[in-house]
Parts: sequence; structure tokens; C-alpha cells
Amino acid sequence: MSELDHAQTTRHIRVTVNGVQYERDVLTRTHLGDFLRQDLGLTGTHLGCEHGVCGACTIILDGQPIRSCLMLAVQADGAVIRTIEGLAQADGTLHPVQEAFWDKHGLQCGFCTPGMVTTLAAVLEADPTMDEVAIREAISGNICRCTGYETIVDAALQAASRMRGDH
Amino acid sequence: MKASAFAYHDPKTVQELNSLLGSLDNVRILAGGQSLMPMLNMRYAFPDHVIDINHIADLSGVAMTPAGLRIGAMTRQRIVREHPLVLEHAPVLAEALHWVGHVQTRSRGTIGGSLCHLDPAAEQPCIAALYDAVLHVAGPRGARDVAMRDWVLSYMTPNLEPDEALLGLTLPVWSGLQGQNVGHGFHEFARRHGDYAIVAAAALVSLDAGSVVRRASIALAGVDVRPVRLEAAEQALVGHVLDQGLIAKVSAMAAIIEMMEDAHITPAYRGRLAQTMTKRALTDALNRATGGRNV
Repeated sequence: MSELDHAQTTRHIRVTVNGVQYERDVLTRTHLGDFLRQDLGLTGTHLGCEHGVCGACTIILDGQPIRSCLMLAVQADGAVIRTIEGLAQADGTLHPVQEAFWDKHGLQCGFCTPGMVTTLAAVLEADPTMDEVAIREAISGNICRCTGYETIVDAALQAASRMRGDH
Repeated sequence: MKASAFAYHDPKTVQELNSLLGSLDNVRILAGGQSLMPMLNMRYAFPDHVIDINHIADLSGVAMTPAGLRIGAMTRQRIVREHPLVLEHAPVLAEALHWVGHVQTRSRGTIGGSLCHLDPAAEQPCIAALYDAVLHVAGPRGARDVAMRDWVLSYMTPNLEPDEALLGLTLPVWSGLQGQNVGHGFHEFARRHGDYAIVAAAALVSLDAGSVVRRASIALAGVDVRPVRLEAAEQALVGHVLDQGLIAKVSAMAAIIEMMEDAHITPAYRGRLAQTMTKRALTDALNRATGGRNV
């Protein structure tokens, strides 16, 4: 198209991210991952492949884990979002999934970790009774190139146990 | 990777959608975005206009109608997979959705999006073929229904005009057939969980009290550019007692249909997989039908 109408390529949106309300003008072509990182400065969400394969950019949108590279920022207007920055409590107390990753050495280079942790936090908060098979299926859309899956699964199992209140 | 600039539209009703489709050129419809967003990010697609149909409430939902199970095009895969009406009347669809992508993509991905994207190995079009689904299409020139067998025109090309959109589909489900026991099966082989299948097989059988097949449907994904119904195998089942011997015989018929070829998978390997997946799907269908579940 030769002439782009500013009103159709820019929108004003309001989102709640980690309990904070933001209002911004966004280019409609901007995907949500870029918006979080570049417009809001929340660089904890990592962008790996930007075509929905690696899972690093996973965030929790209205309670559901989603790939932030596969959604336009304009589509998040009105949404409630949790990112990796919002999982720990204000006093620094880690989310059970974060604590388990610490305990079990669930990360090496750390690039995939925000996506792993947000995915596991979302699915385990919904169902802390998940077993190892269910956990492996849940993170099947998250790629770790350090091949750290074993300790990631160990961490997820510990987090599930803690979130069930086993100990 | 950033999408090229486009004008964004977010209609709230089907009427507004039709009006936009009737007035704009070079349009892509944005449903769940799990296939279109990668294409936009990588600039495989560079539309002038993107019409986001996520705000049209009428396009989401599952309902039983006299014609069958009606599913709105924008119903998320996560919702379809867990929906009580799907679990009751078309559990094979819920089972197939287990294999679709990952938890993150099922949160956003829609059944209508998959039916328009039409990857040859996709699970949801395979289930639509299994049931002889009816697809409901509309545009500024009116609405029409398309039978699933007429839906796939060629590789990844649905039977949609540039000014038309898919609104939903109806699955003529098999539940409630008096005096018959219906069973289903779905199996696939993919190199990684969540990838498109290399080959997937779905089966439905309806047995009478003596385990004689009254009706059968078998659909394969990944063997051709469109889902393939194994009509000869279905006919070979009807009127006979379903047992492992018969399943082995008709599964072999899956191996001898013409298979597509790509850089990684030979037709012969696809044929072997088709036979094995069909055998497993029919075995599950037999076990479920004789286990007394009437779906």
C-alpha cells in the first residue's frame, strides 16, 4: 500500500503488566514481545525465534501461557499480563517454580529460562498434581539448547510438590 | 524479524467483517495468529490490511444443533479440547487436539484458523474429514455451506473467495445411534511432540450388538495435500465382525494409496506409517466401542 493511514497503523492501548497499568501508543505491526521489551523496558521476556518455535517469549496472558511473539501488542488491549519479572513477590520471595530452578540447577545459560518458568508457573498454578509425563508435555513447546531438560523437569517436580503443600 | 506495516481493523460483528471484506484488497484475516503471525514476522505474508476477528463474539462457542456439533471458527483449541459437548459427542476431536502444537499455542490457536491454514498434516482438518464436516462461510455476497470434501482446493488452499471468511463448522456426530456402540481412535507419528504429524490416522466405527460394523470412517493426514478418507477400507469393514484380523487386513489398504513425497520422508515410509497408525486407531476404536461408550 502506498499511503498508510496513521489511524490504522497506530493504536492507543492499555494493559496491566505485573500489576502495573500502562497506556501506550503502539504501531499495530508490533508484536507483544517487542512491546514488552522495547516499549515497557521489561527485558526479562526473551525473544528467540520470533516465529513460535522456541517458547522463550512465553508470558501469562489472562491466566493462560502464550507465545508473546505470536500476538500483536494491539491485541493485548485490556489484558492482564504476567511476565517473568512479576512472578517473585514484592519482598523478593521467589515463586515456587523459581526457587525450584535455583535448588535443582534448572538453568545453564538462562536464555530459555523465562519461558520455561512462566510456562511451568501457569500450568502448575492451574494443576499442581501434574506428573512427570504431564510436565514434559507442558514444556514440549520450550526449547533448551543447553540440553538442560533433566534438571528442569526435576525442578518442575519439586515446584509441583511444594505448590501442592506436600512439604 | 518485524512484520511489514499494515492497516489494522478489528470488527465487532460479522456484518462489519463482511463490510471490510467487501471494500478492502490484499487482506489477511487474523484468527488465533499461530500460523499467520510467523508468516507476518518473517514477511512471507505482507498484507496491506489485517482484519482481526478476535473481537467478534459470535464466532466463538460450541453448541449441539439438529445437524450436529457446531463449533465457531474462533473457538480456541484449548476450549474445544476441554469442552463438555466435545468430550461427550466428538471425543476423537479432543484426542486429536492433544497432538496440536503446545499448551502456549493451544491457548490462542483456533479450529477455524487451522481449517483455513490447511497444513497437509494438520489434525483438525483430518477430524473434519473424518466426520464429513460442513463448513459455514460468509462474505458480503452472502453465506454458503461447503462440504469438507470440497474444502481443500489444492496445497494449503481453502475453498474461500478473497472476500469470504470461515465462520464455523458443524460435525455430524455419531452419538446416540440406537442399538449401536461407537468407538474412536486417533494416532499420529511426529518427530517431536507438537510438530505436525508425518502421518496421522483417525477412525470411527459403529458396531451392533454382535460387533458387526454398521458404519466406519477412517481419515489420514500427512499423506496428501488434503486429508484422505480411506473409503475402500471403510467399505471393507461394513457388514463384518470387527476383530484384529479384519483390522490388519484393512490397515494394509492404507499403505497402498498414493503418498506424497518430500525431502525428508519417502512415500514408502509414509505408507508404512499410514498402515501402523490406521491399525492403532482402529484398535482403539474397537476397544472403545466394545467397552460400551456410545460416542
